[in-house]
Amino acid sequence: MNKFTRRSLLQSATAAAATGLLAGSGAGEWAQALAQQAATSWKPEPGAELTLLRWKRFVQSEEDSFMALVANFTKATGVKVTVVNESLDDVQPKASVAANIGSGPDLFWGLYSLPHLFPAKLIDVTDVANYLGKKYGGWVPSAQVYGRSGGKWIAIPVGYNGNVMNYRISAMEKAGFKAFPKTTDEFLEYCKATKKNNTPGGMALGHASGDGNAWVHWCLWAFGGNLVDAKDKVIIDSPETAKALEYAKQLYDNFVPGTASWNDAFNNKAFLAGEIHWTNNGVSIYAAAKAQKMQNIVDDMDHALWPVGPVGKPTEFHVAYPLLAMKYTKYPNASKAFMAFLMEAENYDKWLIDSVAYITHPLNAYDKNPVWTSDKKLTVCRDVAKRTLTAGHLGSVGERAAAALADFIVLDMFASYVSGRESVKGSIKIAERQAQRLYRGRA
Amino acid sequence: MAHVAVATQAAKGPLRAVTAWDRLKTDRNWLGAWYMLPAAAFLILFLAYPLLLGVWLSFTDARIGQAGEFVGLENYEWLWEDSVFWTSVFNTLLYTGVASVIKFAVGLYLALLLNRHMPFKAIIRAVVLIPFIVPTVLSAIAFWWLYDTQFSIVSWTLRQLGLITANINFLGDVWNARWSTIFANIWRGVPFIAITLLAGLQTISPSLYEAATIDGARAWQMFRHITYPLLTPIIAVVMTFSVLFTFTDFQLIWVLTRGGPVNATHLMATLSYQRAILGSYLGEGAAIATAMIPFLLAAILISWFGLQRRKWQQGGRDD
Repeated sequence: MNKFTRRSLLQSATAAAATGLLAGSGAGEWAQALAQQAATSWKPEPGAELTLLRWKRFVQSEEDSFMALVANFTKATGVKVTVVNESLDDVQPKASVAANIGSGPDLFWGLYSLPHLFPAKLIDVTDVANYLGKKYGGWVPSAQVYGRSGGKWIAIPVGYNGNVMNYRISAMEKAGFKAFPKTTDEFLEYCKATKKNNTPGGMALGHASGDGNAWVHWCLWAFGGNLVDAKDKVIIDSPETAKALEYAKQLYDNFVPGTASWNDAFNNKAFLAGEIHWTNNGVSIYAAAKAQKMQNIVDDMDHALWPVGPVGKPTEFHVAYPLLAMKYTKYPNASKAFMAFLMEAENYDKWLIDSVAYITHPLNAYDKNPVWTSDKKLTVCRDVAKRTLTAGHLGSVGERAAAALADFIVLDMFASYVSGRESVKGSIKIAERQAQRLYRGRA
Repeated sequence: MAHVAVATQAAKGPLRAVTAWDRLKTDRNWLGAWYMLPAAAFLILFLAYPLLLGVWLSFTDARIGQAGEFVGLENYEWLWEDSVFWTSVFNTLLYTGVASVIKFAVGLYLALLLNRHMPFKAIIRAVVLIPFIVPTVLSAIAFWWLYDTQFSIVSWTLRQLGLITANINFLGDVWNARWSTIFANIWRGVPFIAITLLAGLQTISPSLYEAATIDGARAWQMFRHITYPLLTPIIAVVMTFSVLFTFTDFQLIWVLTRGGPVNATHLMATLSYQRAILGSYLGEGAAIATAMIPFLLAAILISWFGLQRRKWQQGGRDD
C-alpha cells in the first residue's frame, strides 16, 4: 500500500472532490478512511459513475438510510451512483442476462446464490473482502460460502434477512412454556398446546418463497434429510426425510386451518389481526405493529431462534443478500470502493440501525451494533448470519440450488404429504424426480 | 404501319432487354406482394421469429444468460414423466373448459337481456363492462381478500348467518382452489363475451323477428332459427379469443395462488414462467410453452371449422 501524503491526496481527482466536501457526517471519516486504506488500491477512476440494481425494500427506513449512504459515497468520492429497484424475483434473471451480454448495471445486489450463476463474469473482490474481514472481526462461515468461488471472493455478502419465530408471549405462557421451545420435541408440544388453547399458530405451505422455504428446509435439515449430497447427487429419498415429513404432519395438524394457501403475506396479516399466535417471519410483523401503534401486540410479542432437531445443531435457513460487480464495468475500482464504503463502520452501523434488525451483518464486529441491544426483542436476529445454512446445504450454492428453491421442490413435498395429497413415499418420489431433473447435466 | 413503328424505334436507339426485375417491378400480380412486404416483415419479426425461437429453445438446455446446446427431445422426455407438468395440463384444460362454457352461457344470457329496451340502457351496458376494465392484477387482489382463509368476507357473512361454523378454505384445499380461481376468471371474462355478442345481436335486422312473429314463432324458435344462426360468426370469433385468453391466463393465478396449493392451480403458463424465469431453466420452460401450441391450434380449428364455415355463410344451403 502506498504511503498516504498530502500531495497524493491532492493529486487524486476523487480525493480532491472529497477535500471540498469534508462536511457531513459519514463523508468526513470516509475521506480519511479512503485515504488511509483504500485510496491507493480502490481509487475510483476519473469520471466514474455506477449503476446499482437492488431488490425493492421491505422496510422504508432501510431504503432511506441506504440512499443517504449512497449520497454520502458520492459526496466523498465524486462518483455518481444510480440505484435501480427491482422486485426480488426479477434481480436474478436481469443479472444473468446482463452477465451474458456483457452490458447493464455495474453492481447487482441479489439473493443467495446469485454470484455463483456466473462466477467467471464477476470482478475479483478478494482484496475488499480480506480488508473488511481483517478490520471487522472476520466473516461468518455462510458468508464465505456465498461470497467465494474457486478460492477467491466473487461477491460481498452485505447482509442477511433473518427469518425467525414470531410469537405472542401470553399465548406461550398460557400453553405452559416459560420460554420459546428450544427443541423440535418441545416445539411440537407447544404447537399442540396452543392449538388446544385456541391460540394456534401456523406456517405457510403455499408457494411462499420466503417463509415457506424457510420453515420446510429447517424441518428437513433438523431431521438430517437433504435434497443433495456434497457432490450434488440427489439423496432426498431417505428415512430422515420421512421422519421430517411425519413431524411436519403433526405440526400441520395443529396449525390454524388454511396454511396450505398461505403465501408470504398471509401470516403477517393473520398475526396482526390476532388470528394466529405464532408463526415464522422476518421482524416485519413487529415493525408493522409498531408503525400502526398496535401497542397490545408490540408488548405481547417476541422473537425466537428456531428449535433444534435430532441432528443437534441449528438448521435455520435465512436469506442472504450478496453484492457483486460485473467484469464489464468500466469502473472496477469505483465498484470496489463502493463495496468497502458500504461495509465501513461509519456507514454500515447507521444503516443497520435504520434497518431495525431486518438486515443482519455478515461481519462479526457488528455484533456490537446498538440495534441488537437497544430493543431486546430484536436481539435474536444478531445471530442469524452465524446460524444459517446455505442454499443447497451440503451441495453447491449455484444455479441448481437456486432453481430447486424457485421450483418449490421441498416445499411441495411437505405440502403434498401433510395435506394428505400423497403418501410419504409418493411425495418423496415426486420431489426426487423434480430434483433429478434440475441436477442432471452440466452445473 | 409496321415499318413506321420500326423506324421510330430505330430513331430512339436500340431496345434494352426486359429483365426479370423489370417484370417484377411492373407486374400487377407482384404489386400486391410488394405492398404486403412491410406488414409481412412486421409479422415475421415480432410474431414468427419469437415463436420459432421459443420452439428452438425448447430443444436446447438454455438457461437464462447462457445460450445452451441442442439436446433434441430431452426436455420433452423429462416433461412426459413429470407429474407436475401433467397436473398443469389437467388444470389448464379444466380451467379453460369449465370457465369458457360458463362464460359463454352467462355472456350470451346477459347479451340477450341487454339487447332489450329498458330504462338506463346505456348506463347498464357500461356498468357490465366494469370487471373487464379493472386491471387483472387489481381484481385478482380483490379476490385474494375475498378468498382469504382468515378474513374472507364470504366466510364471515356465512358465519354471521349461522350457515357455517368454520371459515371456508378457499385457496388451501385442492378442489376449492381450482373452483375459486375458475370463478374469478369467469367473473372477469363474462363482460367481454356479453358486450361482443351484444354488438352481434344488434346487427340482426328486426324485420326478421317481425316476420317470425307474424308467422307465429315462439321466443325459443326465434332464438334457435334467427338469433343463433346469425350470431354464429361472431360466436366463433369471440369464443376463439375467450378460449385462447383463458388457456394462456397467468396474472390471476399468479396473484391468487402462484400455482399452489401443491401445484393444484398451476396452469401451463404459470409453470412455464416458474421454471423458465424464476428457475432460469429456459429450455424446459420453452418446452412447456411449446406444448401449449397444439392445444391452442386445436381450439382455433374447432371453433373455425365447427362454427365459422357454415355453407350458408358462403351462399350455400345449411344442412
